[in-house]
Amino acid sequence: MKQETYETLDYDIIVIGAGGSGLRAAVAASEGSGLKVAVITKSLLGKAHTVMAEGGVAASFGNLDAPDGWETHFYDTMRSGHFINNYRMVEIFAKEAPDRVLELESWGAVFDRTPEGRIMQRPFGAHTFRRLCHIGDHTGLELIRTMQYKAIHTGIDVFQEVTMTKLLISHGRVAGAFGYFRADGRFVLFRARAVVLATGGWGKVYKVTSNSWESTGDGAALAFRAGADLMDMEMVQFHPTGMVWPPGVRGILVTEGVRGEGGLLYNSEGERFMQRYDPERMELSSRDVVARSIFKEVQAGRGTPHGGAWLDISHKGPEYVKMKLPGMYEQFLTLADLDITKERFEVAPTCHYTMGGLRVEPETCATNIPGLFAAGEVACGLHGANRLGGNSLSDLLVFGRRAGMGAREYVAGGVALAEVDEAEIGQEMERVLAPFEREGGVNPYHIHERLQEIMTNHAGIMRSGEILEQGLQKVLELKEEARNMSIQGSRTYNPGWHAVFDVENMLLLSEGIIRSALERKESRGAHWRTDFPDELPEWQKINFVERYDGEAIRIRTEPVKEMPEYLAKLFTYGKAPGLVKQSEKKEA
Amino acid sequence: MAEEFTLSVWRGDASGGHEVEYRVPKETGMVVLDALHYIQHNLAPDLAVRWNCKAAHCGSCGAEVNGVPKLLCKTRMDDYAGQTVSVRPMKTFPVIKDLVTDVSWNYQVAQEIPPLAPTVPAPFNMQQIDADRVQEFHRCIECFLCQDTCHVLRDHHGRDKYFGPRFMVKIAEFEMHPMDGADRVPLLAHEAGVNMCNVTKCCTEVCPQHIRITDNAIIPLKERVADRYYDPVRMLLRRLSGRKKAADAPSSTSVAT
Repeated sequence: MKQETYETLDYDIIVIGAGGSGLRAAVAASEGSGLKVAVITKSLLGKAHTVMAEGGVAASFGNLDAPDGWETHFYDTMRSGHFINNYRMVEIFAKEAPDRVLELESWGAVFDRTPEGRIMQRPFGAHTFRRLCHIGDHTGLELIRTMQYKAIHTGIDVFQEVTMTKLLISHGRVAGAFGYFRADGRFVLFRARAVVLATGGWGKVYKVTSNSWESTGDGAALAFRAGADLMDMEMVQFHPTGMVWPPGVRGILVTEGVRGEGGLLYNSEGERFMQRYDPERMELSSRDVVARSIFKEVQAGRGTPHGGAWLDISHKGPEYVKMKLPGMYEQFLTLADLDITKERFEVAPTCHYTMGGLRVEPETCATNIPGLFAAGEVACGLHGANRLGGNSLSDLLVFGRRAGMGAREYVAGGVALAEVDEAEIGQEMERVLAPFEREGGVNPYHIHERLQEIMTNHAGIMRSGEILEQGLQKVLELKEEARNMSIQGSRTYNPGWHAVFDVENMLLLSEGIIRSALERKESRGAHWRTDFPDELPEWQKINFVERYDGEAIRIRTEPVKEMPEYLAKLFTYGKAPGLVKQSEKKEA
Repeated sequence: MAEEFTLSVWRGDASGGHEVEYRVPKETGMVVLDALHYIQHNLAPDLAVRWNCKAAHCGSCGAEVNGVPKLLCKTRMDDYAGQTVSVRPMKTFPVIKDLVTDVSWNYQVAQEIPPLAPTVPAPFNMQQIDADRVQEFHRCIECFLCQDTCHVLRDHHGRDKYFGPRFMVKIAEFEMHPMDGADRVPLLAHEAGVNMCNVTKCCTEVCPQHIRITDNAIIPLKERVADRYYDPVRMLLRRLSGRKKAADAPSSTSVAT
């Protein structure tokens, strides 16, 4: 083998991931700081998973419902997270979300308007008030495009289509990241004084998923291998409404906006079954509840022809549907030959979001590795056991900014570029090229397909100790088999080669999901165990934290931090703070 | 035997290539990208194709299907029943490998466009009727199919003369924003080259987001340039006042197609 070479690029701060949180972090790190900042993305700029978000960005402006405010947004988010959220993250989030949305407006985002000319807000599951600022049903597109054009005008460097294979640590702190350019397979070393991870979730470990190919958990896995803590890994959100038919579109998201705009759910007997599960909130109950309800209806034999529920918005009239849900209208017309303004359609749960991730400090988004920060879906703590719709887009903005500022402050502390070990880089290049050397090994795509099958059957929406145990064995066996992944072709834009690293990352995180799910012996939020069907108070007091020592995943518990009195008080009224009259508050 | 589709996929790189035929088992509702994934997973793991969302939201999978620029995730195989489906990379951009092209030029152009310069701080007071006009442009998913089909870029290699339809839409988005205070008309007249477009509307036809690129973005922008530089009264005033240099009429004109 010829001597391999690599390019070295030095930066003050690198941001890995160019979705909403990565771009917001880069802007915060770079604007007015004079620091050299790079954004590194594994696809093209503006294509990250943020683009898929549809329904809206949650911020308590109260443009339509005046009593809304940060307290009620805080209350809704904690309640839907079943109280294992980090309360301080939720508090920061609820307070800062409106400012971040206005910032977006001043950078060019054009939200739908109220008759008074303010930002329009739509209702969404388990939000007490109308709270989701939106642009039809393509809010994520608006967010990422606005951030993209903002970011490219703040003097950052963008590296597109780069696979990062290793996070480098030197003397206990972050030193940079190593990887290769996908276009030609050239190796590249980014040395950096601080690294922000904004690499999103790992919804691609499931077979039926709304996630794009990128959601393979690269950042979480890289940081995990480097010694960072992962938390709440058992918490995986299944969105109630994914497309079901035809087979090729199975899992593609049907926005919660359909229900927000008045869409109704029926079973095969024509019954609005949500009556049985949450008569108060009905279709607009939280995602974990609606997803489980659809699942239970199908299990009880009241499913639609392809195993889902009916969703119907046709009663709102074609004009309204096309204006408020243009993407959904088009999506069904093109991909399913179905006009949603006239007909009901089938929906079923689809993997949508990973609430677990890197454990971070609420104020700065710092992980337990000095110099390493994380924001967005890769991080953990805001959403607890179940994420509210619309909260992820504001999460990206609030904590993207905080991670960028956190990295900036850390760098301002005078930390120098760390030395990188040449031998370590040599070994990494050898490891990354090894799949080309192996002959007759296993196809990475097939390993991925089998992993998805295992995770869907053993760690999906319905779990039990026995099923999870079997799943763990299967994942460990598959991991062993995956050591022999091989590929053909050249290093020029070779998706088979790229898939090898995606699969390695997903295997590690899948094991993490199952181990955590086995430990949580109760049902809470998205985590539903048939052998422990109740939510138990003692489990509300702990989070599960995982660390990887290179050989095995060690799991420990950490106490959920208790809310201070001024926040705990918000839960004493028996209803959302915004619904409480001033006089009632005084009595309480 | 199960029914099959036949695809002829361009394989190669910057040094050249040719179409290779593949057979793929038929599935209900299959799109071209599904067929390519089948090939990638089972027949040719190194087949290069860009994609992200597979739901027509991200605009990554632009290519040419039977010669027409299309999103692979939105193009149904059964639209071509009984035919061999030819899939080739976008012609306007240099090939990297197979169906993946080098679209980096577009990102360089994006940097040339001055961002929104609000005249008032947010929150903006804006009516839906004003938002409507620009929201159409916000639907763009940057698939660059309009760039691929534009004659100026595709046939006349006019990258140095024209930013292309995508960026006319982007400029229109800012120019028509009710709160914007920047002036992009000189940019349009010169570097961006709006006059190069000769309104054949090919870009509008291929837009998967149904943005009326020519009618709603390019023509109004052309009018702004014409108002500024070709208004006969203003031209006369300029001549009389001697302020010629500042508002020199652009030299570029459209090309024959």
